[in-house]
Amino acid sequence: MSIILDKVSHIYGADTTMAVIALKNISLVIPDGQFIGLIGHTGSGKSTLVQHLNGLMKATSGNIYFNGEDIDADGFDKKNLRSKVGLVFQYPEHQLFETDVFTDVCFGPKNLGLTQKEVQLRAYQALKLVGLEDDYFYQSPFDLSGGQKRRVAIAGVLAMKPQVLILDEPTAGLDPKGRDEILDQIAALKKETGITVILVSHSMDDVAKYVDRIIVMNRGSVLFDDVPREVFRHYMELETVGLAAPQVTYIMKDLRDAGYPVSDDVTTIAEAKNEITAYFAQLASTRNNKRGEDNA
Amino acid sequence: MLRDITLGQYYQAESVIHRLDPRVKLAATMLFIISLFVFHGATGYLVAAAFLAVVIKLSKVPFRYMVKGMKAILFLLLITVVFNLFLTPGDPLFSIWKLTITKQGVRTAVFLAIRLSFLIIGSSIMTLTTTPNQLTDGLERMLKPLNRVKVPVHEIAMMMSIALRFIPILMEETDKIMKAQIARGADFESGNLIKKAKSLVPLLVPLFISAFRRANDLAMAMEARCYRGGEHRTKMKPLHYHKRDVVAYFCIAAYLVIGVLAERLAGMVFVL
Amino acid sequence: MGIIKVKDLIFEYIRRDEEGNVEGITTAVDDVNLDIRQGDFVSILGHNGSGKSTLAKHFNAILYPTEGTVWIDGRDTQQGEYVWDIRQTAGMVFQNPDNQIIGQIVEEDVGFGPENMGVPTKEIWERVEESLKAVGMYEYRKHSPNKLSGGQKQRVSIAGVIAMHPKCIVLDEPTAMLDPKGRKEVIRAVRALNEVENITVVLITHYMEEVIYSDRVYVMDKGHVTLQGTPREVFAQVDRLKELRLDVPQVTLLAHELKKEGIPIPDGILTKEELREALDVYRQNFA
Repeated sequence: MSIILDKVSHIYGADTTMAVIALKNISLVIPDGQFIGLIGHTGSGKSTLVQHLNGLMKATSGNIYFNGEDIDADGFDKKNLRSKVGLVFQYPEHQLFETDVFTDVCFGPKNLGLTQKEVQLRAYQALKLVGLEDDYFYQSPFDLSGGQKRRVAIAGVLAMKPQVLILDEPTAGLDPKGRDEILDQIAALKKETGITVILVSHSMDDVAKYVDRIIVMNRGSVLFDDVPREVFRHYMELETVGLAAPQVTYIMKDLRDAGYPVSDDVTTIAEAKNEITAYFAQLASTRNNKRGEDNA
Repeated sequence: MLRDITLGQYYQAESVIHRLDPRVKLAATMLFIISLFVFHGATGYLVAAAFLAVVIKLSKVPFRYMVKGMKAILFLLLITVVFNLFLTPGDPLFSIWKLTITKQGVRTAVFLAIRLSFLIIGSSIMTLTTTPNQLTDGLERMLKPLNRVKVPVHEIAMMMSIALRFIPILMEETDKIMKAQIARGADFESGNLIKKAKSLVPLLVPLFISAFRRANDLAMAMEARCYRGGEHRTKMKPLHYHKRDVVAYFCIAAYLVIGVLAERLAGMVFVL
Repeated sequence: MGIIKVKDLIFEYIRRDEEGNVEGITTAVDDVNLDIRQGDFVSILGHNGSGKSTLAKHFNAILYPTEGTVWIDGRDTQQGEYVWDIRQTAGMVFQNPDNQIIGQIVEEDVGFGPENMGVPTKEIWERVEESLKAVGMYEYRKHSPNKLSGGQKQRVSIAGVIAMHPKCIVLDEPTAMLDPKGRKEVIRAVRALNEVENITVVLITHYMEEVIYSDRVYVMDKGHVTLQGTPREVFAQVDRLKELRLDVPQVTLLAHELKKEGIPIPDGILTKEELREALDVYRQNFA
């Protein structure tokens, strides 16, 4: 069970004079159960890439395999693929249309041709997974707050029981509180269901503490693909492509330059705190030892 | 991509026709269309063809761009021609099975085809050489007298230009919502007409909501920038007639006179 | 009296159900007092629903107080005769870049405000040119707004407001829908306006890193102003900010954590340089 991309390229307007290369020779393996951050600034090709994973866009060249099957082969069931690879678009609350929350979430599973009972069961489970309280189930989705609407929209995709969940900028336009809540919720549902989750974002800070792999895209190519710690080591290169490592990485770099012997692969505040306090503790103990010697 | 489609298909070029005041082009197009219905003989259409040829040449727009516009209505054109060909009563020329083609039928069909294609080419010269903005500006100025009979001319023009501004945005939005619903298993293609219509609900509801939200935002933004209708308003790009515009008015008048005279003359020659 | 003065402002709105029956009353802004001086850069922070946008809409006479008074440049916003003067004095930039651009060409959009004000044609062109130059968008003047990036669109919107020659510009979450690059562009443009043109800036945002350059910060919660002061004074209250679930910059957080561990660091650290200096001072003790 995995998605494999083999030399995938996508060119917009290939047959015109204004051809734009959106993806260049992308090869990736996305195994089951990973939590991936797909990072890149606007126009880096990350949104184009994820639309290939569920067959909404067709590669100009190269192949994509889902569980070993070529998704562009004749007779491949694209509808089934879209239920297995769930894609939540940017500002997904803009696609809500039903009169109440529950019916809206039922839309996806209903399209899969499931029985009424199964549809409702899945909708219920999905709404629970995104942490929406029962009180809201029969309200109009348009009366909810921004963060709640977004949860409903994510539930709408989850209700199809995908094996891979892709979220395109799930925090766009939310305030810090809403952002943390939605990311925590995604992390929780990832833990509970064990499905593959791909978070598409332009913010390193957002994804750093959640994911176990970061893919950095720039101008349609994969620039880095590694665990967060290793990716952030390249903060200089990240800067040149309009991205940045978490601020604490820079603080530690500054301190190292000023002669503090702190590690260079710190990515969280807790780690930074430990590094700095350990250094001062060591200074203090050397001083105490020295004083002890002097006294003796 | 969808956002590249612009209404009216303006063709960027430096030409006399492009530089003309939009009011001249609007008036000329209108007069040209009227002339097509006033003329009723081959002579008149010859004059019209010559006039069109000169204007096309001056506009520096490749002829194929105008033919492109024709393609869309080719079917309609064919149907009207065929109907007129077979259904006009008169002296029978020859008949196949139950259908009779008359002399008058051939004449009407041919003239109708010429009229329609000239009409389309004529108006597409206007849209190809005038930006949508200039068009609305021109319309606003030309229709100004209607203000007296309480027609909200400025408001209509403002509505038109806002619509033009938001069409590409809403097109892109349609595309996005459609993709999002397809990702949720929606099917916009298969099924009979009723099923298809029903499947549009998940597309149309979000689209309308979005349009209303945008309208609301825009209204607030316009008010915040002191918009209060057409009164007290000045123009950044006011319309002024230049010498070339006056010349153009003369040209179109000359065309009408020549056309009518030519037809008269041809009629007299024919009688003689 | 400052350029914007708010006294005991309360704004309530009535919630209705689908049939139009009154469901209840929500107090969006509750007893707010402000006095903003000409030339200041002021930030208003808070969550969605904290009342910050509702407050901002009072500065432009889009909303009117339920109770209390708002004066813009000495004029009471509730006196109808001043409404156009007020909107001209305090220009407003909104969140969604697509929904506030009216023109189909950049320069025409910037000219929209002056056109409405009845500025003579020649002067409109001058104003459009200087405004577009002020936000660094002059070379895009002939472009269609649809082809610009989010940050560029917001800069066009800002130019559209500057062209009206306001004394004050109110920006209602101008960066919420932008990527980090666009956000930087917009904030840079806004700071330049404040510093070079001496225009009063009221920036409403939920990004903490955007407020560190302001002269004064107000933090709103549930319609009230709960914290106010210089950025340093506000950022010194890390625990309170965390409680409000606002995004404290990582350097401020780290400084706060280190302080709790007993390392002597002053409150309200805003930059990594300040943190390093504080640590250097402490390190001297061990030399």
